[in-house]
Amino acid sequence: MRTGHPLRVFLVDDHRLFRAGVRAELGPEVEVVGEADEVAAAIELIGERLPDVVLVDVHMPDGGGRAVIDAVCRAHPDVRFLALSVSDAAEDVIGVIRAGARGYVTKTISGTELTRAIVRVADGDAVFSPRLAGFVLDAFAADPASAGGAPVTFDPELDQLTPREREVLRLIARGYAYKEVARELSISVKTVESHVSAVLRKLQLSSRHQLTRWATERRLL
Amino acid sequence: MRRGTTDPMVGGVAVGLSARFGIDVTVVRLLFAVLTIGDASGFALYVLAWLVIPRQGETASIARRALADRRAVALGLATATVLGCVLLALDALGLSFVANLVWPVSFGAAGLVVVWRAASDEEKAFLHQVIEEAPVPGLPDARTRRALVGRIVVGVILVAGGLGGLVATRHPTGATLEAVTSAAVVIAGFLVVFGPWWLALARDLAVERRERVRTEERADMAAAIHDSVLQTLALIQRSSADPREVTRLARAQERELRAWLFEARPPGSFDPSSVTTLAQGVAVIENEVEESHGVPVESVVVGDCALDDGLRALLAAGREAAVNAAAWSGASTVSVFAEVEPSRVSLFVRDRGKGFDPGAVSEDRRGISDSIRARMARHGGTADIRSDAGEGTEVELVMPRPESQ
Repeated sequence: MRTGHPLRVFLVDDHRLFRAGVRAELGPEVEVVGEADEVAAAIELIGERLPDVVLVDVHMPDGGGRAVIDAVCRAHPDVRFLALSVSDAAEDVIGVIRAGARGYVTKTISGTELTRAIVRVADGDAVFSPRLAGFVLDAFAADPASAGGAPVTFDPELDQLTPREREVLRLIARGYAYKEVARELSISVKTVESHVSAVLRKLQLSSRHQLTRWATERRLL
Repeated sequence: MRRGTTDPMVGGVAVGLSARFGIDVTVVRLLFAVLTIGDASGFALYVLAWLVIPRQGETASIARRALADRRAVALGLATATVLGCVLLALDALGLSFVANLVWPVSFGAAGLVVVWRAASDEEKAFLHQVIEEAPVPGLPDARTRRALVGRIVVGVILVAGGLGGLVATRHPTGATLEAVTSAAVVIAGFLVVFGPWWLALARDLAVERRERVRTEERADMAAAIHDSVLQTLALIQRSSADPREVTRLARAQERELRAWLFEARPPGSFDPSSVTTLAQGVAVIENEVEESHGVPVESVVVGDCALDDGLRALLAAGREAAVNAAAWSGASTVSVFAEVEPSRVSLFVRDRGKGFDPGAVSEDRRGISDSIRARMARHGGTADIRSDAGEGTEVELVMPRPESQ
């Protein structure tokens, strides 16, 4: 889907072995322009090299991926982030997305799929793994009006998923790729992508306090 | 003979003595009080008894434990010498009646320090409570330990000053003010000299305690990691020629570790028979299929609810579907998605394997007809199986939920 120069990717992960593994697995569409193993160095180098996409580990000392995203997003809004993690704690996942990452994938993802996800993020789309889709469905599940705890500033534009978005997320949670979702719902892949991006926007901007509370509570389950 | 734990006032010594000799506990307490007012020997005796008589339900006395802990002895001796110095100084200043308090009080206090160090955790908790609840008139709500120490220090100074004043007024000479001032100054001097040391000792104790807690935590963690992660890594090294086995081991270990880190379930404690909710049930399916077929299962659960017969049937059918996918489809992963809605629970099992034609499967293939369709139908649910050659298979199971929920 892309022509011309390969995508410039930056790796932030405190595990050298993992960085080496990712480097080796990424396809030719992608060129690694740098890597860092700690938050401060990452912020500095990303500012210098201005990559298209930063692959960032959720869990690192000194604030983790969130700290990197927070610092870089403000100065360079064009740099896009894809979060990588072995952790499935909802709190962490929702946390990096709300900080500004455009997607979340687990580290067990294959090289081909990772490359595809990077391209997608670089194009400004969102990358939802089945698990992230599940988290979002869960977080937006309870209808706040009927749950009794309706936030004072409830904004239906931001604090609720449309039935179509819900359908798309369900299919992703069931293991469907975007292309398969599109075929299943008889819509174009582009439309699927725009639905997912809309959900990502809601996830980032919604002031639903249930979102935070849900993520915290879920951890205790 | 044991110190009592039922309704003790401080250390349970009086309760223990009364139980042993059949004397009313109040009489024993009065005896200690009278002896203490006399020359403080009651106090020292009490502490001594506290040290050598084991607590109810414990085998070793505090003294025995303390002898194994050199630091406790050192701390006790330090306290005794400091107090001894203070009392001797007061004596030298002419407060002669203090002299016969020197030894009992010094040893009593030293004993108390040893008691605190070597007491069992339960006893410490009880003592803590006693100290915190001790009523101090005029100072409400001072419940922190630091406030307590401050209170005691100020109290001691005031009492000493008062005593000095009292004794001095008995002297015919007009040196009242002088005597009181000098007593106060001496006490203040001791505080200035020994205060920092006492503080350092106290801080040392706190640090040492934190350190001990940390060491214990580290030991627990090391044990857990050894039992799980290190064992698995060893197994993986030995079976490195078999990628499927390596995947299976790694996934099983990952699941266990995740349960430990995020759900606070100690490794190895998961018991499939104790499943009570849908999410746990799905975790069991994931676990079993990965264990027996070496195919990773990606499971996503939205919402959760308690299991009833219908949902158990749903899980059993889902398990069958997942096993089929892992065993026959040739897919590298199996996706399981469960969602709890107010009116129904649905479970999807999907693979991207070779697929089959559901219509072409002969009726004697009992797996699908019995284990999945019939099982769901018996409980009022439905099963829908979609498969295309080359496109993979998806099994959709839906179980309605009873009205009451």
